Amino acid sequence: MAVIIVEDQFDPWQALQVHQQSHLASGQFGATATFIGTMRDFNEGDEVCAMTLEHYPGMTESQLQLIIDDANQQWPLQDALIIHRVGDILPGQPIVLVGCWSAHRAAAFDACRFLMEALKSRAPFWKKETLSDQSHRWVEKNTDGYSH
Amino acid sequence: MTINVKFFASMREYLDQSEVDIDTDGTQTVGDVWLQVAGDKPMPDNTVCAVNHTQANSSYPVKDGDEIAFFPPVTGG
Repeated sequence: MAVIIVEDQFDPWQALQVHQQSHLASGQFGATATFIGTMRDFNEGDEVCAMTLEHYPGMTESQLQLIIDDANQQWPLQDALIIHRVGDILPGQPIVLVGCWSAHRAAAFDACRFLMEALKSRAPFWKKETLSDQSHRWVEKNTDGYSH
Repeated sequence: MTINVKFFASMREYLDQSEVDIDTDGTQTVGDVWLQVAGDKPMPDNTVCAVNHTQANSSYPVKDGDEIAFFPPVTGG
């Protein structure tokens, strides 16, 4: 299980491959579910040119680890990986990667969804958008992913 | 007792500071910490409080060496 906060752009596909090769034994898992969140160039009807992602060092990592612990209580996971970007981000760049490995698909799918929704509501990250007129605004709240 | 207080995102801008250490004998709760550091600025309704990296409400008691944080609703992912 791993939680990684990164300040530079990352390749989620490469990160998945590296983690899987270094942490999981071939043949021991039958399902891998992944979620990758990528920055859009629009939000709330406005063009978004850039974004700064702030976090609370220490609490962010501990909350993400607690979220993984919660998932482990509910599903038989072989492994889980969360990578989240902070700092200055441009549209098209990955923000977050969640990966779950399990013996069967139900646990991998359900745990991956749980981890992502829990991250959105519990992990202390904040987004500040730069709009096309160079004005800035904080994103005020996350939507409930289960109702959209 | 000494308490470390941190502010993040829009809360940092609202109070125009990111971190402060306060020395106090009279501070009992997270809400008391807010009154001491924010002066007459009211706590926004949606404020999230944390004590030592765990969410807590404003009536949660504080002790020497605690790290208290105030921030808006989280928006990561």
